[in-house]
Parts: sequence; C-alpha cells; structure tokens
Amino acid sequence: MSLRRTAATRRNTGLLALAVATVVFILPFLFIFLTAVKTKQEAALLLFTWPEQWQLWQNLVDVVKTRNYMLLLAYFNSTVITAGAVALLVIFGAMVGYVLQRRPSGWNRLIYACVLIGLMVPPAVVPTIWVLQGLNLFKTIHGMILIQVAYGLAFSVLLYRGFISTIPRDLDEAAVIDGAKPWQVFFKVILPLLKPVTVTLVVVQSIAIFNDFTNPLYYLPGKDNVTVQLTLFNFQSQFQSQFNLLFMNILLVTIPPLLVFVFFNRQIVAGMTAGAVKG
Amino acid sequence: MASRRRSTYPYWFVLPAAVVFVTLFLVPTVASFWFSMTRWDLFKAEFIGWDNYRQFFKEPFLIQGLVNTLIYAVLTSATKTVLGLLLAVLLTSGLWMQGFLRSVVFFPVLVSTIGVGITFAALMHPTKGVINLALGYLGIDGPAWLSDPALALYSVALIDIWKGVGLATLIYIAGLAAISPEYYEASRIDGATRWQQFWRVTVPLVRPATVTVVTLSLIGGLRSFDIIWATTKGGPGFASDVLASVIYKQYQAGFYGLATAGNVILFLLIAAIILPLTWWFNKREVDL
Repeated sequence: MSLRRTAATRRNTGLLALAVATVVFILPFLFIFLTAVKTKQEAALLLFTWPEQWQLWQNLVDVVKTRNYMLLLAYFNSTVITAGAVALLVIFGAMVGYVLQRRPSGWNRLIYACVLIGLMVPPAVVPTIWVLQGLNLFKTIHGMILIQVAYGLAFSVLLYRGFISTIPRDLDEAAVIDGAKPWQVFFKVILPLLKPVTVTLVVVQSIAIFNDFTNPLYYLPGKDNVTVQLTLFNFQSQFQSQFNLLFMNILLVTIPPLLVFVFFNRQIVAGMTAGAVKG
Repeated sequence: MASRRRSTYPYWFVLPAAVVFVTLFLVPTVASFWFSMTRWDLFKAEFIGWDNYRQFFKEPFLIQGLVNTLIYAVLTSATKTVLGLLLAVLLTSGLWMQGFLRSVVFFPVLVSTIGVGITFAALMHPTKGVINLALGYLGIDGPAWLSDPALALYSVALIDIWKGVGLATLIYIAGLAAISPEYYEASRIDGATRWQQFWRVTVPLVRPATVTVVTLSLIGGLRSFDIIWATTKGGPGFASDVLASVIYKQYQAGFYGLATAGNVILFLLIAAIILPLTWWFNKREVDL
C-alpha cells in the first residue's frame, strides 16, 4: 500500500518536474528554433507561435551571406583559436601536472600559488593589451591562442595533477630502466595513459573557448579577426528588424555545443565536477 | 658520469607553461598596480598617484557599479547554491525520466552566453515579450524586465541563474553520490524524518560540493560581464552596470589608467571575499 503510494508520488513528482523543466528550460530553445525559421515580418512579432511559413534554408543562406560571408570567417577563426589553444593546454598542462605530482619540492608551493592566482584573479585587461602590443601579438590569432592558454592553464594543471596521481610510478621507472629519456617517458608512456582526462579537458575547454566573448572583444578587435560570439553580438544591432536571421545565428552557435553534449556527456560531467567531492 | 643523476621529472617541463603564464598573466597583473596610478594612453604613462582610485569612489555611477557587483554576485551565488542543492536532491530521488531532466537543466551551461542574452532580451520585451504575454493571460501585469532601472540588474541576475544553475546542480549531484547510503539508513532506523535527514545528513555531508559551488559562483558572479553586455549593456543609464562593464566602458572611452584601477579594485574585491571565505570553510572542516 505505502509502496504503491510512493511509486505514484514519484511518478507525479516526475511529471510535475518534467512540466516545469519543459516550460523553464526547453521552451526558450524552442523559441529560438521557431523564430529562426520564420519570415522577417512574422519573426518581428516575437510571438511564441508555429511558423505560418517555413523558410529555414532561406534564412540559413541569408545569415551566412551577411556582410560578405562573415559568419564563415568567424567559424574559421573560432575553430583555429579553439583547436590551437586546446592542443597547447593539453601538452603544457599535462607536463606541469606531471612534474608537480611526481617531484615534490619547494617549487610546488610556488606552482600551487600560481594555480590559485590563475583560478581567482581577474585578468588585468589593459596591461595585457600593453604586453601583447610589445610582443606584436595584439589583434593576432596566435596572440589570442596564447591568451586562452594562459587563462586556462590553472584548470588544466589541476585536472591533470589529480589524474596522474592514479598512475603508478613503477611505469616511469620501468621505462627509465629500459633506457627511455625523460621526455620519452612522458610523451610515450604517460601522455597516452592520460587519454580519459585529456578527452574531458578537450571537451570542457573547447566549449569554454568557443563560447568566449569577453577575451576576443578586448584582445582581437578588427574585421578580419571576428569570432563566432563577436559576430553574433554585432549582428544584434545589424539585425534589429530581422529577428529571423538573428535567431538563425543563435541556432547555429547552439548546435555545436549540443552535438558535443550528446556525444561527450560523461566527459563533460567528469570535467565540471572535478574537485567537487574531495573539495 | 655526472655527480647527480638527472631527474626523470625535469623542471624544464614546467617552462613552456610558465613562460606563457608569467608573460600574459602575471606580468600584466603586477603591472596593473603601477598603471592604475597613471594617466595612460598605452604609450606614455604619467604618474598621478591615487587620483584614479579617488575618482572611482567619487563618481556616483562608479560606486553604483561596485554596489551592483556585490548585489549581483551574492544574489546569483546564493540562489544557484540553494536551487542547485534542491534540484540535485530532486534529481537523485529516482524520478521518472531523471536522466533526461538532468540533461535539460544542465544544457544551458554549455550554450553561448551572448545567444542566451539575446534570446531573453526578446522573451523579456515589456510589451511583445512571451513572458509578459504569458503573465497577461494569468491576469498579471508583467514589469519592464530589462528597461526598468529598478529591476534591470535583477532581471539579468535571473537570466544568469537560469543559465548557471545546471552547473551547481551537477556538482551537487556528484557530491550527493559520494555520501554513503549507510548514513541515511542509520538515521532512518533512529526515526529521522525526510526533513531531518536533509538538514542533519545531506547538508553537512555535501559540504565539499557546497564549498565548490559557492566559491565558483561567487568568483563568476563578481567577474560577470558578457551576460550583462548582451542584455542591457549596463543600462538603462548605469542601473545594471557592474565593475566588469565599467572597466570595459572606461577602456572604450580611452581612460586606460582608470580602467586599470577598476581592474585592481575588482581583484581586491574578489580576494577580500574569497580568501576569508576559503579560510572559514577550511577551519570548519577541522571542527567536523
């Protein structure tokens, strides 16, 4: 009796939760999709209605063609920045995490202090621009890559350090006895073993860097350097009367994280909750 | 043979990361203390002492930015913590379609902040927006969410919570999973109600997750920029300006020294809140 009642309560709570979640979390995405496929006039009403006339393809072509195919350039730039920065974050982060975990010394306190600073301190933007200008890196894609590396390193080091502690030292020693040099031990023995945490890091950092708006806004101005998020932001003023194209653009920037989420759900969860249990 | 065997873990492994981090993060951070005391055009810096800071605490809209930052950070962080814990408890109780619900709550975390901002600006439109139309059907006269100066900051905070609560929930779900079921069993045998179990077992034992959620969301809230920039740009007037948007506005206007002073103030504010908090969290850990 009481068992049946708990089962019923559970189903009802589940249904209620589902209804609330649908209204609060799903309807905004449905609104994006519906507005993105409407005509200009219909989209301008901002109503939550089924489109009278579907023009998904037309809107897609229009938004891609806007300002001389700016969106394609933006996707290209964002992809280069994300791929470059994530590759460096993997290698640099793993190297630091490895030494940090394997070789206890007085330097470790300094490295931990840097990690803490990197996680907490907001970047000093104008002085950073000054440094970038001095190095001829301001307004360049590779400068932007290095900035993303500098800002993402702390998280990367922490993630790798935690994982490397689960890999037995015997493996390093065996490789050394077999005559491997230190860099061979790391790149040929350790780094391949880090694959699970590397996947996590790649997924989490890719999303963060691809979605980043503030840093490209400061460090990467200029028409040729547009990134996906900046293009979206700029289209906000250009498309004031063309909400269908604006929302088509939002739809286009929402699809990559959706795909990543569908395929790498587990890794995202692992990366985002790292440290939550041990504190 | 050299007198000392070369380590298998050479320090030069740290070098590439250190070069990037020191040049592009530490050097600008240290330099910011100097530049915040100058009138600066990126080429020539003229020392003017504490003038930038004086100006920051004299101009009403700059002070408002500081106050708004605190309100925004505390409000979003507290709500995300409480809602996150409740949602996590709900989503670990074996609900129907639990996995799907978890994904639905979490997905906004991964979506572009600018996209979310633009979408909600449309949904929150005072006359045409879906939210106010829906409220109208219920007989409620919806407010001008983002264009009412008294409300704008809170509306943006609401969007921020919508987007970020999934991360808090996710962290809490991981924290709850680490609590041994034996505690619940023991307390049930001792006759504890669900309510007592929540306060006496769940809340104390999920503390590591609480520490993470509070710290992360507070730092994020204090540094918040893009969601505000995508919805109100700090407006109407300066009603929803926070430190990060003030810094950007001063930078745009060419007041580089003043912008950098704002940066130093933001840094000190974060340190003044997070360091004692971390210390307090750690101290309580020893007591337990």
